[in-house]
Amino acid sequence: MMDTLLESVRGIGRRTVDRVWRMGVAAHFFLLVLLHSGTSFRRFHLIVREIFTAGVLSLIIILVSGLFVGMVLGLQGYETLQTYGSEEALGVLVSLSLVRELGPVVAALLFASRAGSAITAEIGLMKATEQIAAMEMMAVDPIARVIAPRFWGAVISMPLLAALFSAMGVLGGYLVGVVLIGVDEGSFWSQMQAAVDFKEDILNGVIKSVVFGIAVTIIALFEGYDAPPTAEGVSRATTRTVVTSSLAILGLDFVLTAFMFRGV
Amino acid sequence: MQRATIDLWVGIFVVAGIVAILFLALKVGNLGGYDSSETYAVKASFDNIGGLKARAPVKSAGVVVGRVAEIGFDPKTYEATVTLSLNTHYPFPKDTSASIMTSGLLGEQYIALDAGGSEKMLANGDALKITQGAVVLENLIGQFLYNKSDSAAEKGNAAE
Repeated sequence: MMDTLLESVRGIGRRTVDRVWRMGVAAHFFLLVLLHSGTSFRRFHLIVREIFTAGVLSLIIILVSGLFVGMVLGLQGYETLQTYGSEEALGVLVSLSLVRELGPVVAALLFASRAGSAITAEIGLMKATEQIAAMEMMAVDPIARVIAPRFWGAVISMPLLAALFSAMGVLGGYLVGVVLIGVDEGSFWSQMQAAVDFKEDILNGVIKSVVFGIAVTIIALFEGYDAPPTAEGVSRATTRTVVTSSLAILGLDFVLTAFMFRGV
Repeated sequence: MQRATIDLWVGIFVVAGIVAILFLALKVGNLGGYDSSETYAVKASFDNIGGLKARAPVKSAGVVVGRVAEIGFDPKTYEATVTLSLNTHYPFPKDTSASIMTSGLLGEQYIALDAGGSEKMLANGDALKITQGAVVLENLIGQFLYNKSDSAAEKGNAAE
C-alpha cells in the first residue's frame, strides 16, 4: 500500500523532471539550428527544396480550405447580420476574422498536420535507418545539412500560406455574400477597407503566422530528431508533433492576441 | 533536371504569396487611397469625448478629411485634448468648429468639422476654439425621464 503510493508520487516527479529535461534539450536544439542557419543559407538550393516540400505541396489544401472557411463565414455571418439589418458589414466580419485569427491559426494547424508530421516522420526515419549517424561519420553536420534547411523552408512558407489562406477566404466570402446572396458589392468592399488596418490587422496577422511557423517547425524537427529509432517511436513522435504543435499554436495565439488587439 | 522544375514551383508559390499579401493590403486593408504622409496636426479640447477612439475619422460635410491621431487628458482643465491629423489638401479657416457625432444610432463616433468664415487658415499645431463634446445617451434619457416625471407630477397636482 505504502509502496504503491510512494511509487506513484515518484512517477509524477520523474515525469516532471523528464518534461523539463526535454524542454531544455529542445531549447538547446533550437539554438543549434539558429547557429547553423548561416551555412544553410549559403547553400540556398537546399532551402528551396524544403520550401517546395513544405510550402508548395501544402498549397492545395490551404487554398481549398481557405475558400471553404470564407464561404462558411459568409453564410453564417449573413444569417446573423441580417437580423440586425446590417448585412453590408459582412465584408468587415469575414475579412477581420480571417486576417486577424482564422488565417494564421487555421493555416498553421493545417500546416502542422500536413507538413509538420511529414518532417517528423522523415527525420525520425532518417535516424532509424542511421542516415544521420552516417552523416556524422562523414563529418557532415546533420543539423546544418538536414535540420536547418527544413527549418527555414517551413518558416518562409508559413506566412505566405497564411496570406494565401486569408486571401482565398475573403474571395470565398465575396462569392457567397455578393455573388450568391446579393449583398451590395460597393459597401462590401468599402466597409471592409474602412475597417481593416494594414499595420494593426494585416501586419499583426503576418507576425502571428511567422511565430506559429517557427513553433510548428521546431516542434516537428525536434520530435523527429529525438524519436526513438523504432517504427513505434517514429509513429508516436509523429502523433506528438501534431498534438503538441496544435496546442502550441492555440496557446501562442491567445498570448499574441492579448498583446496585439487589446482594444486600446 | 529536377531542380529547375522545383525552382519554378517555388517561384510561383512565393509570387502567389506576395500577391496575396498585396491583395490583403490594397483591396482588403486601407493602405491604398489613404495617404498618411502629408498631414497637419490640429488640437481640440472637449468636455466629453464619449466613445471616440484614436484613428476615428474626421469628417467635413460627410467627407473624410483626416483622422484622430491622439487622445489625451489635460489635468489642469479636466478636459480631453484630441489631436487631429488633417490632410494638407483640405485647409480649414481658423474659426472652424469641431463636434463629436455618432454615425447612425449605434455606430462609431467621429469628429465633424464645420468650416468658419475666417480669412486665416489653420496651421500645424493650432487649436480649435469652438468645440462641442459628445452627446451622452444616458444623460439624454435621464433628462427626458426627469422632465417626464416632472410634467406627470404637475398634471397630478392640477387634477387634485
